[in-house]
Parts: sequence; structure tokens; C-alpha cells
Amino acid sequence: MTLTPMETFIIICMVTLGTMITRFLPFLIFKGNKSNNSYINYLGTVLPYAAIGLLVVYCLKDVNFQGPTYGFPEAIAILGIIFLHYWKENILLSIGGGTVLYMVLVQAVFI
Amino acid sequence: MEEKNRALKAAFPHTIPVFTGFMFLGIAYGVLMDSKGYGVGWTFLMSLMALAGSAQYVAVTFLTSAFNPLYALLMTLIINARHLFYGISMLDKYKDAGKLKPYLIFGMCDETFSIIYSTKPPQDVDPHWFNFFITLLNHSYWVLGSVLGALLGSMFFFNTKGLDFVLTALFVVIFLGHWKTQQNRQPALIGVLCSVICLLVFGPSNFIIPSMIGIIAVLTITRKNYVREKELAEEGV
Repeated sequence: MTLTPMETFIIICMVTLGTMITRFLPFLIFKGNKSNNSYINYLGTVLPYAAIGLLVVYCLKDVNFQGPTYGFPEAIAILGIIFLHYWKENILLSIGGGTVLYMVLVQAVFI
Repeated sequence: MEEKNRALKAAFPHTIPVFTGFMFLGIAYGVLMDSKGYGVGWTFLMSLMALAGSAQYVAVTFLTSAFNPLYALLMTLIINARHLFYGISMLDKYKDAGKLKPYLIFGMCDETFSIIYSTKPPQDVDPHWFNFFITLLNHSYWVLGSVLGALLGSMFFFNTKGLDFVLTALFVVIFLGHWKTQQNRQPALIGVLCSVICLLVFGPSNFIIPSMIGIIAVLTITRKNYVREKELAEEGV
């Protein structure tokens, strides 16, 4: 544990508060009536896809392409996930296989 | 009681894939928390209160660096900003949920949202209790999985280096799922490109907010095009 118990509890509350704001806000803003705003509806349709793209990049933001592993473990693991996903179409196999592949790469190959 | 039983029975089969996924990701989360020195109690509390997979994974970094609650709050808001759009989609469905409504909104994680958004309960089942049990079951799986992981993590020692990659793998798989539908490719690509450009320009610690603004701007500009393509697709052209 890096933080004290009190600090840890405060961080948990912050993560909870942040999450709840994002879940409750639309219901508070558009209280009672359905949103008839076609622009908001459009964003609601397309934004989830763009948000996942952002999250993929977010996860890879600290990969260093100038060394020491040149981003090879990440690239190989993602190619592995793509291969598994198109081959078996099993979400858990793709996630599990990709993670195990990555762990092997960073623990045994690119040390 | 009879009514609730029927809703629970109708809801359960829809949650089986989430059960498997949350066991896996929950266990990985519990093991990761344990590897950083945070035991089962903290993992239980976090999963019970926040119920937010990606934010909880990222929160591991808040717990392993200098104490900064405001940063934790802002990062969580940014990571979970997509929930805003789930909420907008659910305004109508949750309108008459009454006393269940606060819990339904509280538990609206990605998986719960996607099941409830895409599933209609059988005719003889109350839709609000049906949605309630989907939310409750998924919530329980997440808490159970992460607690199991925290317990297993303290019993077995293995090299967890690279385990964090499970989150990246999850998002890559969700992304691939979206990519299969032609219609979703443009917004998915806009998300990746705006983020990569902003990452290169603003650097790893400051690129999220510019990316979100960029994404909204490009989505707004390309709206007419998207709407037209959608109409063409619906006409079967």
C-alpha cells in the first residue's frame, strides 16, 4: 500500500463520485422529459464508438517506441488479439489469450 | 414476490456472458490490487461503490502514486464521460422506474447498459424488475470476481508483470466488435485518429481533454454525412 487507509478511502470515494456524476448527470439535466434534441441523440449514437477508440489509445499512451522494447510486446499482443478475434470470435478467449501472450512477452522474451 | 422471481429468472440467462467476463476481469483486478499491497477489503469496497471496470483499473495508478484526490476525480470523469451518452439513451427507458431508478442509474456500467439497451423482457415480466436484476446480477459478479481475485492473489504468488494489459485487451476486443459493423467504423476511426494526433501534440499526460473536444468537433462536422449514409443503409442501398 502506497497510501494511508484514510487516503485510500478518499480515493475510492473520488472514483465513485466521478463515476456517479457521469451516470446521473443526463437524468438530472433532462429531468422528466425525453431528449428530443437530434444532435444529442446523434452524439449518443456515435460517441460510444469514438470513446472506445480513445480508450485504446489511452491504454497505449506510455508505450515507448524509441526503446527499450520499441513497442513490440504491445504490437504483437494486439495482432494476436485481432487474429484470435477473427478466428474464434470468442471475446474471453481474445482477451485472455492476448493478455497471456503479452505477459509471456514482457516476462520471458523482451526483458 | 412471484413477480420478482419471474423477473430474476428472465434476467439471469442474459447475464451469463457478463458473469464469465466479470469473473475473469474481476479476478485480474483483485490480483492486481493485491500485487500493489491493497487487500481484499479495499478491493471489495472499490468494486461495490464504484462499479466501473476501466476507471478502477486506472485508479490503481492513483493508489500507487502521490495522494491527489482532485486528479483522481477528474481522471474518473474523463474515463467515464462515455456514461453521459448511455444516460441520454436510457432517459426514456428508466423514466417510470420509480424507486428502482436510482439503483438502475448507479449500476449502469458498459455491460449492463448494452444488455438492457438491446434486450426486451418477456411480456409477462415487469421491465423495471427485469432491468433491476440484470443490473444487480452484473454488480454482484463484479464484486464477487474482484474479491475472489484479491483472495487468490494473497494465496498464490506468480509474476503479475503485464497483467495490466487485460484492460487494453478488453478495449481492443470491444473496438474490434464495433469495427465489424460498417456503420460504426467512421466514429471508431475518428476516436482513434483524434486521440493519436492529440497524444503526439500534447503528450501522454495532457491529451485526453483535447482528444474529447477534437472527437466532438469532428463528429459534429461529419454529422450530415453520417446521417445520409445511415439513411442509405436503411434503404438497403
